Amino acid sequence: MNHLEIAHVGKSFGETNVLHDISFSVKEGEFVALLGPSGSGKSTLFRIIGGISWPSQGTVNLNGDDITGKRGSISYTPQSSSLMPWRTILDNVLLGQEIAGKRDVERALQMIERAGLKGFEKSYPHELSGGMQQRASFIRSILSPQPLILLDEPFSALDEFTRLDMQKWLLSIWSEYKRSILFVTHNIEEAIFLADRIIVLSARPATVKKEFIIPFPRPREEGILLTDAFLQWKKRIYQEMREQ
Amino acid sequence: MRTIFQKGWRPALVLILLFIVWEICANIFDIPKWLLPAPSQVIAEAISGWSVYSGHLASTIKLIITGFIIGSSIGIIVAIGLHLVPFLRQAFYPLLIISQNIPTIVLAPLLVIWFGFGMLPKIIVITLVCFFPITIALLDGFRQTNRDLMHYMQMAGGSKQQIFWKLEWPHALPSLFSGLKISATYSVMGAVISEWLGASKGIGVYMTLASSSFRTDRVFVAIFLIVILSLLFFAIIIALEKRLIKWKPLEEGNGNESS
Repeated sequence: MNHLEIAHVGKSFGETNVLHDISFSVKEGEFVALLGPSGSGKSTLFRIIGGISWPSQGTVNLNGDDITGKRGSISYTPQSSSLMPWRTILDNVLLGQEIAGKRDVERALQMIERAGLKGFEKSYPHELSGGMQQRASFIRSILSPQPLILLDEPFSALDEFTRLDMQKWLLSIWSEYKRSILFVTHNIEEAIFLADRIIVLSARPATVKKEFIIPFPRPREEGILLTDAFLQWKKRIYQEMREQ
Repeated sequence: MRTIFQKGWRPALVLILLFIVWEICANIFDIPKWLLPAPSQVIAEAISGWSVYSGHLASTIKLIITGFIIGSSIGIIVAIGLHLVPFLRQAFYPLLIISQNIPTIVLAPLLVIWFGFGMLPKIIVITLVCFFPITIALLDGFRQTNRDLMHYMQMAGGSKQQIFWKLEWPHALPSLFSGLKISATYSVMGAVISEWLGASKGIGVYMTLASSSFRTDRVFVAIFLIVILSLLFFAIIIALEKRLIKWKPLEEGNGNESS
């Protein structure tokens, strides 16, 4: 059964067509990367999936239910600074559950420890490094009751080394908790390293240009980043994105 | 305390120098006391006249606190109302700004005609000068709510109430405090102005009595009392802010200013 199903979604603001006939799906427990140039309407697409914006055409389905324009069905992690500065890390991590109704402090503490943030439960976000903040906001998504996690370029503000660590950490957490993830990025390498499937979007109006299934077995080690097969994939996707 | 001392010694030094120059001038040019008393005379009056003005001072402090609490509560309620109901904001925001163009000093006699010489017209005057900075600051704070966090709350299915209490309100707290700081000093001024209009007690009354009997030294005592009260209320708000807003990163370069 398909988990998330985007069918023929289009969006235009007046004369400008931002999204054009976008269809794809994310299966249960699957890691899908949306790859597109900056300004290709990815955030518009996210707003539609998150239900805070209506598409001009098309529908969004989750587990067979129509969630077009319906909020609270997915868990969203924005690009940066998505933690509330006035909440401690523990309270931040529990926010998703709080909105849905019930707090599970026990589990949150476990997850915080698992993410290497033990000792920071009572700290405020500004006391943490960028990578630690991203880890905390990702834990918040995992703890939220929603089955699908949307990640909007979560590592784009991090330096290269922290980013690789974070990618590996994300993969390990994901393989343990098996949530469906829709990951937006404009970094080809990141998309290949993380995803089961890559959906390449074109520039305005955004439309699905091509879909690639990434065959690398899991668990993936950082060693594959330098293999020939990996570079071949990078080349293929790069050429696909270059073609107009 | 250390930072206050490190930051404060320069203006304190200037102030002391100013007083010394004033004192010397008053002595050299032999300025009569009723025209410009020397600082030493003002200080002497402030100490010996304590029993004269202590009653006035207590009454003014009471008025300021009551007025400030009522004024800021109204300011907060108005801001929340205007923020949550867009129609009200469109209808009332311009009127709010117009209301601030009417000088309080003009409005005050009217209030006395309508409400007499009791507490009520005075509290209305303080409320009028107090609520505006708070409403404007708080509305600004609400408006500047972080958009990423807003999207997060909305997509997570947060209700309007949850979004307000978990996101918009805490986000606007620093703005609220900048409004409160302005209002705290305004409320002191508002209290003194309202006392000029007719009261039996208060620093404003003490000041009018002193000036009409050419007790210039007492006028200066009143001025210093007003300044001290303003600073005191300002400091109380800052202390409250520090207690409530722990998350704000410390200001950079506090301890090692060199230029």
